Formats: sequence, C-alpha cells, structure tokens
Amino acid sequence: MNEAVQIDWIACDGRGLCAELLPERIRSDEWGYPLVSPEPLPADLLPHARRAFAACPTLAMRLVSKGSGGSR
Amino acid sequence: MNTLLSARPRLIPDECAAGARRDLAAHQSAHGRLDLSAYPSDLIAEVAASGLTGRGGAGFPTARKLSAVAAGTAPVVVANAAEGEPASSKDKALLSLSPHLVLDGLQVACRAVGSSEAYVYVHEGPLLALMSSLVTMRAGAGVDAVRPTVVAAPARFLSGQESAVVSRINGGRAIPSAVPPPVYERGVARRPTLVQNVETLAHLALVAGRGASWFRAQGTSDEPGSMLCTLGGGVRHRGVVEVPIGTHLGEVIDRAGGASQTLQAVLVGGYHGTWVPAAEAMDLPLSLAGLRPAGAMPGAGVVVALPSATCGLVETARVVGYLADQSARQCGPCLNGLPSLAQALLGLARCDRTHGLPDRVRQLTGLVEGRGACHHPDGTTRFVRSALTVLAAEVEAHLSGRCTATDASPVLPVPTREGRTS
Repeated sequence: MNEAVQIDWIACDGRGLCAELLPERIRSDEWGYPLVSPEPLPADLLPHARRAFAACPTLAMRLVSKGSGGSR
Repeated sequence: MNTLLSARPRLIPDECAAGARRDLAAHQSAHGRLDLSAYPSDLIAEVAASGLTGRGGAGFPTARKLSAVAAGTAPVVVANAAEGEPASSKDKALLSLSPHLVLDGLQVACRAVGSSEAYVYVHEGPLLALMSSLVTMRAGAGVDAVRPTVVAAPARFLSGQESAVVSRINGGRAIPSAVPPPVYERGVARRPTLVQNVETLAHLALVAGRGASWFRAQGTSDEPGSMLCTLGGGVRHRGVVEVPIGTHLGEVIDRAGGASQTLQAVLVGGYHGTWVPAAEAMDLPLSLAGLRPAGAMPGAGVVVALPSATCGLVETARVVGYLADQSARQCGPCLNGLPSLAQALLGLARCDRTHGLPDRVRQLTGLVEGRGACHHPDGTTRFVRSALTVLAAEVEAHLSGRCTATDASPVLPVPTREGRTS
C-alpha cells in the first residue's frame, strides 16, 4: 500500500487542519498553505493521514495511490 | 536541414508580408478548395507520420491529441487564438493574413476526430469581427461542413490555457480548472474536446492537403516542420517570421534584420521562458533538442533580444509584476507568492541594499513552484531563476548600489490595466 498526500490547490483555503493533524508530513507556509513532504507515508501514519483528509473543511486534501491516478 | 534561402514560408506567404490579407479566392488558388473527401482516409495516421506537434507552447504531438479525442463520443473542436503572451503576435499575424488556412485546418480537425461542433476562441476586437464575418461567409459559400461558433476570450495571460478555454466556452470564467479529468475526456458541455492553437491548425491543413513527407521537408527529423516566431527587443525589424525548426537563433535574429545594438541576453519562449546569454544564444538551434543544453525551450516562438544598455533586472521585475497581476487568484501560494516575488524583484531592480533580497527571491520561487492548479507559478519561477543566473553580474552591481544600464526605455512589453502596452 503506497499512498501519498495530494492537495487540490483551488479548493484549499489555507485553514491548516491538515498540518495540525499530520505534522510529520505537513507544515504550513508563511501564508497558511500546506507544504507536503514527499516522503512516503508509512503504515503507522495512515490513520492520521485519513483523519486529516476527513477533517479538511474544503475537502482539498486527497490520498492517492502512488503509481496510479486513483484517489480515495 | 534547409537553409533559410531555400525554406519557403508556408503559413504567411511573402505577398502578405506587406500586410495584405489573403482572401478566400487567393487562398483557394494557392491551396485548392477545401475537399475533405480528397484527404487521406486515415488523417490521424498521416498527421502521426508528419510528426506535427502543437504550436501553442506545450508542443504536444498533434496525432496523439487527435486520437484521444476521436476515441470519445460527440467530440468538440476549439481553434485557440487567445494569444495572451504580450511578447507574442504570431497568432494575430496568422489570423490577420492567412485566416482561411486556419479555418481549413479547423475543418480538417473536425473531420479527423469526427466532430460536428466547433469554436473559434479569439480576443475581442478586429480579429473577432474578422473571424465572425469569415465563418459566416464560408458557411454561406458552402465551404465549411461544420459552422464554428466564435467566442470572445478575455485579453488576459491565462485565458488561452487549455482548461481556461473550455471553462469560458462553458459559460464560466476564463481561468484554469483542476485536472482531472483532462479536457480531451471531458471539456465543452462535458464532451471530449480538442483545443488546438491556430498555428497548429494551419499546419494541419497543409499536412492534410500536401502530406506528411512534404511537411517533413523542413525542420529536423525529430522535430519536423516550420514554426512562427515573434522577434522583439533589440532587433531591427520586430515582428513575426516563419523559420524551419532547428534554425540557429542567430539566423532567426538575422531574419528580423539582425541586432540593432549590442545584446546581453535573449529571452526564449516568452514570460514563462528562459533567459540565455547572447553569445551562447546565437549558436543554439531553435528546437527542443537544440535549446535543452541551455535549459530553454522554444515555447510559442517568442524571441526577445535584450540590449546591453538595458537593465535586465528592471525588465524582469516589470514582467513579474504583470505575471502576479495575471494570477487567476484561485490558489494560495500563487495569489500570495507572486506579488511577494514581484516586490522582492522590484527591490533588487531599484538597487535596494536590504540584506538577503536574492535569497528571498529564491525562497519565494521555491514556495510557489508546483503548488497550484496550473503552471503559472512554475513558468514564472523558471523565468525568474534564469534571470538571476544570466543577470548575476547585474544583481551584484545592484547589491552594491549601482545599475550598469544606460537606457531606461522598456523592452519587454507589458499591457497596462487600460489595455495599452508599455
């Protein structure tokens, strides 16, 4: 299972919940928008990533399977 | 590769050089009447054999685009004439002087993908009026199997971006939308849509009529054909020339009468393009392969010569201010980052000795690159990074409080809010 975080930049409003819920991979830039680390998501971080994905007020965060265009 | 002397122009014939439009009768006399049944039964295969690629800047293989759209149901074709790049005027020249070649190409594209719905997307003004009257005339004369609808494009930098074109035709704003799905799958009215630059359509008409081998008689074997270029800045005759792909930049500039003064650099590809030092630029072939070692790409054929007497940093700052203003304002990093980038570059241009300005510029390019729905921040980043590299000596001079320029007249065209260019 190889998943990566993807941001829908039009939907993203810079609220920062993703950075709060997944600080191991996401931090906020000077304007509040997510800076996503390209490192792969290990299994123990996946529940946190899914929580961040669900918490985004604008549904701007996606988890995509690496190597395919699919999204969850 | 053909030398310039034997490379006859294909799109804008010599008699049009004085500004005379080729009317339908003259066009048909030169190219024959549009007869789709006389063309190769497998048009897409012929286009694939020709090696034609898009002339709107992205250079995507045209046959592949045609195949992708042809695979869908009830496809739509759009002739994209929204030339939002201020330094480019090739599409305006082509539409103004050889409009029937473009309109023939639009019919060929419709035939190739099986479309019965077409659009011409063009800026408000004389060209829109011209297109409207020509499509009406051609429909009345029974020339066009598919009567295109003419749609007005806002005169903004991003209006010609593929998904922005589709969005506008669908009744929305001419700003990019997020991919997926790509427009060749779902575009105008949610149907597979082919968006093709008007120059590409002109070449397509010629490939259909004269064949792939004819098309390949100019250019290189990997990058066949000719392309329109817009020459600007420190050249004797600014304007549009047509050259075989692979022509050395020095020869391209000679076609524009040569340099009008000593040059320091050449901007290749437009405002999302790359600066190249002048001496290095002259020997570079105008092709993907030829420009790759210099980190540049032909784009939509914009070539602007920067005189040594001009301040490249002032020019760069002015353009980035324009690019920031042209953001679609949909994505945070672009909306915030480009104006900050413009401000930092303005500081550098004004010889502001605030500590760390070049670092701040670099930091901001890193913050905007790849963080948006379209490539506006990425292209701007490319332009800025190449400026810092090629104009490094000028940056040093400015950081010590002096500018080496002796001529303050602007070189890179930037439209003002009112639409005039300064």
